Amino acid sequence: MAAAQAVEEMRSRVVLGEFGVRNVHTTDFPGNYSGYDDAWDQERFEKNFRVDVVHMDENSLEFDMVGIDAAIANAFRRILLAEVPTMAVEKVLVYNNTSIVQDEILAHRLGLIPILADPRLFEYRNQGDEEGTEIDTLQFRLQVRCTRNPHAAKDSSDPNELYMNHKVYTRHMTWIPLGNQADLFPEGTIRPVHDDILIAQLRPGQEIDLLMHCVKGIGKDHAKFSPVATASYRLLPDITLLEPVEGEAAEELSRCFSPGVIEVQEVQGKKVARVANPRLDTFSREIFRNEKLKKAVRLARVRDHYI
Amino acid sequence: MMEEDQELERKISGLKTSMAEGERKTALEMVQPAGTDRYCVKFVLHKEDHILGNSLRYMIKKNPEVEFCGYTTTHPSGNKINLRIQTRGALPAVKPFQRVLNELMNVCQHVLDKFEASIKNYKNQKASRNEPTF
Repeated sequence: MAAAQAVEEMRSRVVLGEFGVRNVHTTDFPGNYSGYDDAWDQERFEKNFRVDVVHMDENSLEFDMVGIDAAIANAFRRILLAEVPTMAVEKVLVYNNTSIVQDEILAHRLGLIPILADPRLFEYRNQGDEEGTEIDTLQFRLQVRCTRNPHAAKDSSDPNELYMNHKVYTRHMTWIPLGNQADLFPEGTIRPVHDDILIAQLRPGQEIDLLMHCVKGIGKDHAKFSPVATASYRLLPDITLLEPVEGEAAEELSRCFSPGVIEVQEVQGKKVARVANPRLDTFSREIFRNEKLKKAVRLARVRDHYI
Repeated sequence: MMEEDQELERKISGLKTSMAEGERKTALEMVQPAGTDRYCVKFVLHKEDHILGNSLRYMIKKNPEVEFCGYTTTHPSGNKINLRIQTRGALPAVKPFQRVLNELMNVCQHVLDKFEASIKNYKNQKASRNEPTF
């Protein structure tokens, strides 16, 4: 019984010991364990696999994938970061830049601005094609001139009052449709995602006048094309109490973990610790600094449950 | 060997362009180390990295006929991987490779289906609770 349990643990849990992590690698390949059929079976995979979306809003998505292996989960993560295409500013034609920001710095900043455009509707630009056609390029114009505000108070020192147009935001970028893009994309659908990103600051007499070409690219080429700010995963924590923990020790135990993980209940007049929600734990391993309690707990992660 | 190689290459590039987005011309070479037969083969995949390498390695190892499978990147800034497969002698080494490419596509398709269903489910749940969806 104990041996079977140990094998099961080795197959399904990554164990965090005091000084190291055990069972890190996937070992459930055919031939490694007698009595287990580990050959790839699409049906068994489909039966065990599920996806649960935990939280989704405009800027972030959290979901659980259960029943998949690290190799494939990591492949998805890497693909999200590096190989999902987006549109971003690639070429900047500067007509006039008398601001204090150098041309190349300005061009670099413009490249990093996220553009709201569905890359599936565009093609990659052919190599060697300098001009760009309507099927692979988006054009934006940025033209801002800073002037002194004639109605400002005499002794004011607030730049917002003294100058007009002294901050260049992404909302100053205007989209210039090429070819038939005006028919395909209604007014206002092609724009920078956020219109309050500060691009540069100006003072009276300075002007920025430039034309930007956006192309489709992938994150592998340049990080500006990466569609995500970041994509990461973690394994579901699995905390088991190897022996019952009562009384004052129970309170201590609950303090060693993130709030909400360990719950202390009153059972027959004694305080007993119970694992309530291991998912919330961030595994600071505070428990190992406590001499008495570190033997009472086994910290592990479920090998095929990705959050 | 040459015919198999070409046929395999056609199949691979066919699978690749349907799997990847955009145009990435993938080249695939098959190298037979000297002194071995067709049960031990090394594939050189151009323009690939750990994304495909690790997933293929995992899927190939799940095949009980495969005795050994491993992959390396030749250089961290380089753009190709070496994938070596050795079978127990019942199948030529290209067979698990072909099978795994199809299996991986099935896996990804299934994940995509489940994911889209889950997103739709979540949006419906939010709508039924009258929270704003986007």
